[in-house]
Amino acid sequence: MKGRARTRSSRRFGDVALSLGTGLAAALVLLIVVVILGDVIYNGAPHMTLTFLTQAPRDGMTAGGIFPAIFGTVALVVLMTLAVLPAGVATAIYLSEYANPGSRLTRLVRVAVNNLAGVPSIVFGLFGLGFFVQFVGAGIDRALYGGQRVFGQPALIWAALTMAVLTLPVVIVATEEALAAVPRELRLASAALGASRLQTIARVVLPQALPGILTGAILAISRGAGEVAPILFTGVAYFLPKLPRSLHDQFMQLGYHVYVLSTQSPDVDATRPILYATVLVLLLLTFALNATAVVVRSHMRRRFAGASS
Amino acid sequence: MNGDANTDAAKISLSVCDLVVCYGDKRALGPVSMEIAEKHVTALIGPSGCGKSTFLRSLNRMNDLVLGCRVEGDVRLDGQPIYGPGVDPVEVRRRVGMVFQKSNPFPKTIFDNVAYGLRIGGMRDRAEIAGRVEHALGRAALWNEVKDRMGESAMGLSGGQQQRLCIARALAVEPEVLLMDEPASALDPIATAHIEELIHELARDYTVVIVTHNMQQAARVSDYTAFFYMGDMVEFASTDTIFTHPSQPRTEDYVTGRFG
Repeated sequence: MKGRARTRSSRRFGDVALSLGTGLAAALVLLIVVVILGDVIYNGAPHMTLTFLTQAPRDGMTAGGIFPAIFGTVALVVLMTLAVLPAGVATAIYLSEYANPGSRLTRLVRVAVNNLAGVPSIVFGLFGLGFFVQFVGAGIDRALYGGQRVFGQPALIWAALTMAVLTLPVVIVATEEALAAVPRELRLASAALGASRLQTIARVVLPQALPGILTGAILAISRGAGEVAPILFTGVAYFLPKLPRSLHDQFMQLGYHVYVLSTQSPDVDATRPILYATVLVLLLLTFALNATAVVVRSHMRRRFAGASS
Repeated sequence: MNGDANTDAAKISLSVCDLVVCYGDKRALGPVSMEIAEKHVTALIGPSGCGKSTFLRSLNRMNDLVLGCRVEGDVRLDGQPIYGPGVDPVEVRRRVGMVFQKSNPFPKTIFDNVAYGLRIGGMRDRAEIAGRVEHALGRAALWNEVKDRMGESAMGLSGGQQQRLCIARALAVEPEVLLMDEPASALDPIATAHIEELIHELARDYTVVIVTHNMQQAARVSDYTAFFYMGDMVEFASTDTIFTHPSQPRTEDYVTGRFG
């Protein structure tokens, strides 16, 4: 009796300790988020004015706004999306709809995709410099511009393509999952009505998988909006008086601008509110993209409600 | 192995000769030979795993979609071999429609479900599509229930309505043969009665081949019945013969409920 009572009380102690420990861990996470957000909002919000959002930096970045960085970030992300979506969705369609699942090529592509996801982002930056800027860009210059430097230097297009390579695994994996979730009965129903494989994919599978694909796209976009390392060598600029006007121009970007503001300012006190507000803009942009992903997905789910029941 | 059921009176729609289906190395069916009468209902009965569904799927080349599945032998639709060289399985499936065990409407509107086969077949004329959709829904005894909600999602229909929608969808492309794989097994008795009635109706214009677990259903709806067991066709005759005086003892054991 005594022994049993002790086990019971020690078990109860274990339960209490565990719930307390896990609860503390959860509270800590919450606390960290609150502190970060609170600090950024408290210090950044007062400076987030219309002028700040619509003007270029002035006086060695101790005054003015961050419009070129916002513009550059949006341009980068849009171009990246245009590149990564077709390539990623096409790869996923091939892997899940056409490739023989056991074949060596399929396995190889899958291993490549998984490894791509694990490569540190600075390596992508170096790859972009070596491949896009110095190989593809310089090649275009030799072929079309008689060796004059046009594309053979860091530029918006190369930064966007480098970022596209970085986010490719996100899109591929999300699309593959979305395609795999389309019930086999729907494919069979389509085939039994005399649809070719292409027709089945285009009219039944892809519309069904669209929410998942869009989720992947937006995750890729929000990752692309926040990454800095891949664009360091491939196109981002410290400061530009003008907005980029063509694909081979350099650009400013929010993440890099945060780094520049925090390390290169001649007057730290004058820059601090600008820095906070810039971080806030970057966070809001990323959160907004993630929130869009959630809303789009749930909206689409509702539209297709009961599809798999 | 008695392939010459008394089908002389009717024209032959599908003629199957020495059909063998293997999954990997394992033989799942055959060899089976039988002739399926046009504009009649032929039922395929037998215990689970006897090969009846495999047989059904080889009549519209749906087995082609199963990885590792191999089909040998000859199947002719109106005298043309459907496994011949250069025959497009997609074309075969337009002529031999199929309804599945579990109703599987697309998550689209009722109208778009029925119009699907027409649109992928290249039909563009809206009035023509609308006419064919209405006709097909009428044939599937669903028109009166859905005519005011054509733009609503098909997922909102009841189970029995969904299955009739799937039948309408198959009929819209005007196939010659309609294959049904246990079309009523997931439905309640009233919905089942609707479907059975419908099958009777359809046999006036279509050749119907139906797989069923339910022997009363086979007896009620079919003109001919084939009994499958362990991958072989044991007996094929008129439904009356199969259920009243079958020639094979195993058939008799099965239809009288002694096994299976």
